[in-house]
Amino acid sequence: MSEDEEDQSPPPSDLRSQQQQQRPPCSPNKSRNCISSSSQTFPDHVLENVLENVLQFLESRTDRNAASLVCKLWWKVEGLTRSEVFIGNCYALSPTRLTQRFKRVRSLLLKGKPRFADFNLMPPDWGANFAPWVSTMAKAYPWLEKVDLKRIFVSDDDLALLAHSFPGFKELILVCCEGFGTSGIAVVANKCRKLKVLDLIESEVTDDEVDWISCFPEDVTCLESLAFDCVEAPINFKALEALVIRSPFLRKLRLNRFVSLEEVHRLLLGAPQLTSLGTGSFKHDNQSEQEQEPDYAAAFRACKSVVCLSGFRELMPEYLPAILPVCANLTSLNFSYANISPDMFKPIIHTCHKLQVFWALDSICDEGLQAVAATCKELRELRIFPFDPREDSEGPVSELGLQAISEGCRKLESVLYFCQRMTNAALIAMSHNCPELTVFRLCIMGRHRPDHVTGKAMDEGFGAIVKNCKKLTRLAVSGLLTDQAFRYMGEYGKLIRTLSVAFAGDSDMALRHVLEGCPRLQKLEIRDSPFGDVALRSGMHRYYNMRFVWMSACSLSMGCCKDVARAMPNLVVEVIGSDDDDENREFVETLYMYRSLDGPRKDAPQFVTIL
Amino acid sequence: MIGQLMNLKETELCLGLPGAAETLDTPARSAVGNKRGFSETVDLMLNLQSNKEGAIDLNNATASKQKTLLKNTVKPPAKSQVVGWPPVRNSRKNIMTNQKTSGAEDASSEKAGNGGGGATGAALVKVSMDGAPYLRKVDLKIYKSYQDLSDALAKMFSSFTMGNYGAQGMIDFMNETKLMDLLNSSDYVPSYEDKDGDWMLVGDVPWEMFVESCRRLRIMKGSEAIGLAPRAMEKYSKNRS
Repeated sequence: MSEDEEDQSPPPSDLRSQQQQQRPPCSPNKSRNCISSSSQTFPDHVLENVLENVLQFLESRTDRNAASLVCKLWWKVEGLTRSEVFIGNCYALSPTRLTQRFKRVRSLLLKGKPRFADFNLMPPDWGANFAPWVSTMAKAYPWLEKVDLKRIFVSDDDLALLAHSFPGFKELILVCCEGFGTSGIAVVANKCRKLKVLDLIESEVTDDEVDWISCFPEDVTCLESLAFDCVEAPINFKALEALVIRSPFLRKLRLNRFVSLEEVHRLLLGAPQLTSLGTGSFKHDNQSEQEQEPDYAAAFRACKSVVCLSGFRELMPEYLPAILPVCANLTSLNFSYANISPDMFKPIIHTCHKLQVFWALDSICDEGLQAVAATCKELRELRIFPFDPREDSEGPVSELGLQAISEGCRKLESVLYFCQRMTNAALIAMSHNCPELTVFRLCIMGRHRPDHVTGKAMDEGFGAIVKNCKKLTRLAVSGLLTDQAFRYMGEYGKLIRTLSVAFAGDSDMALRHVLEGCPRLQKLEIRDSPFGDVALRSGMHRYYNMRFVWMSACSLSMGCCKDVARAMPNLVVEVIGSDDDDENREFVETLYMYRSLDGPRKDAPQFVTIL
Repeated sequence: MIGQLMNLKETELCLGLPGAAETLDTPARSAVGNKRGFSETVDLMLNLQSNKEGAIDLNNATASKQKTLLKNTVKPPAKSQVVGWPPVRNSRKNIMTNQKTSGAEDASSEKAGNGGGGATGAALVKVSMDGAPYLRKVDLKIYKSYQDLSDALAKMFSSFTMGNYGAQGMIDFMNETKLMDLLNSSDYVPSYEDKDGDWMLVGDVPWEMFVESCRRLRIMKGSEAIGLAPRAMEKYSKNRS
């Protein structure tokens, strides 16, 4: 939403009555000097027309926000022409305000719960419900085409209402959502005749034992993208096969683990036009009746257009070479659900010269990362997840892998790296080798771990990253960090918008450095760090300019939180309780605060106290 | 007290290392470092006992849990497990343990309120109707009789079509009375799955007993109901005529 939104509604003006009059026809070549019947407000009327025609081309929301500040007329016209609305925090405003401000919305992107909720740091049923949004939009935006939700609670009823209310609905994307099941999906599949995109990504979907694949209409569909890898329920393969055959525009298909390798093989033979494939389970059923194994490689060979591969659940590594025919074309490869050893991995990656996005488990080891570095010179994004996500696990990747990547992949822009051992030297090297870095997220899984070679804190490494990577917008830190690291962040993190801190820092000064520096900071999430009231107060000059602040298991007192709430009336200050109802707790368990145009929410559950 | 603790441990699914389970008996917590999770009923945890073989075997988990607990009582654990750390989403963790979604299913059935377990006092069951595009969930405890339930179901399923969007090839749930006719006719037969997993016809036991034993409801076509207990069928048609 516009960060500097004016609260006033446009004044009643003659413009409104002018709009209802017929416009005299003008040829586009002439300047707009046509005479209209009521020449008094003529220039305003023309100006509004012109503005509308011009502003509709503005796509970037920052441009639009800026345009809407010019004057009331621009504010109004921009509101009429904005077709795609992004709302980074669903509680920053009410649905009614949305529909009053923007009249012709076709696409909504809505985000709900804070990210740390993904890691069980918040009880369920906190909020972020889709229901009020869909019911308000059902009346206001009959021509809505696209809804993209992240961390929102969506019920089957919400999905049914959506399916029934928007006849032209085209795209439904649900990322990290929950609250619905295959029955809700079935309604969407059945009712949204113009559906192009149905993407369920990392969402929790209840198995209602509904054959939702069969609910798609029987004629040729408009489907371009269908992703259901997170749906933990068996599907009707025959129906899926028939669906794929009658979906000539289908380019992206992400299957769940209940689709076997043989079935994928059949699908591929019938859908060679796919550009993005998420395989189901990648193992051969030894009990199948066929005498000969299907030629899986042939199926992949037939898919000349596949550039993005993912899936590989329940992998039998000996079948991995089947994908070799498409490797040379791949720009994106996701092995992050596959436990692949370096020996199995290297022959595959050596053929992936065009790879730009690579996700994998740390089972490929430093050795595998060295192979990536040697081959994938175009790499932009790397994510390495832990096969064994525990603090005390072995940790097969280390600073060696990261260093190799930094030396081989100079165009790297985004890194997410889970490891057990890291050194400052590797981070310093990366900061010099990869100047294009915009996202750097390092998770050293053992808490408070220092540089394992020198024994020092990881301050200098992260300091180098913020200092040398001048385009850095997102940073997540870990390992043993003193206040010095935060001094670097505050001083050099000029473009940082998102900062994640866990088990780090020595004192309030650390947080103060960040709050008094980092001019672009929007989203701050902190857990288990020794930051208290002094630090919290030091940021009061900027909380209105941020999307949210999350601080859990820190040293904040209730009194201070109340002070902040009192001093900043447009800030919603939520204190989220814990199972311990001790009134005399010294510190607040979780503080989550965010600006809001419409005051505190009415749907807060019992464990949330809004100050 | 230890005995009670052991019982709690027995019934909960726990994410923990051997000897590193969350200590239930530490009253003093520092704000930094030892974040303990929310109450166990809220926090769904998976037991990752790391055997050398690497395979996770839930059948052995209870045995090893007991071993863990005994270790706990002897000496404090080396490092207590921290909630949400490392920051890996549950969906990723679940896949990696290669489990047959027993954990995930519990999580999702909690949401669905599957048949009487978990939710406090409510008897939530799923209701499906052949031909209807999606399921509903009802809390049987809010109804007093079969008639109440029948009325509520008619209301629920009649709302499937709104306006002009009648589904092709699907039954036309146009209005309540029509639906009531369908339900009352021999074309549609309400059946339910009881706690033994058998499908029975609705109406053959007293209401309270029905609420206790019903796990889910299915309104099926008459032709499909032939497989159900013939005695119940007879009794049913006797009641209807």
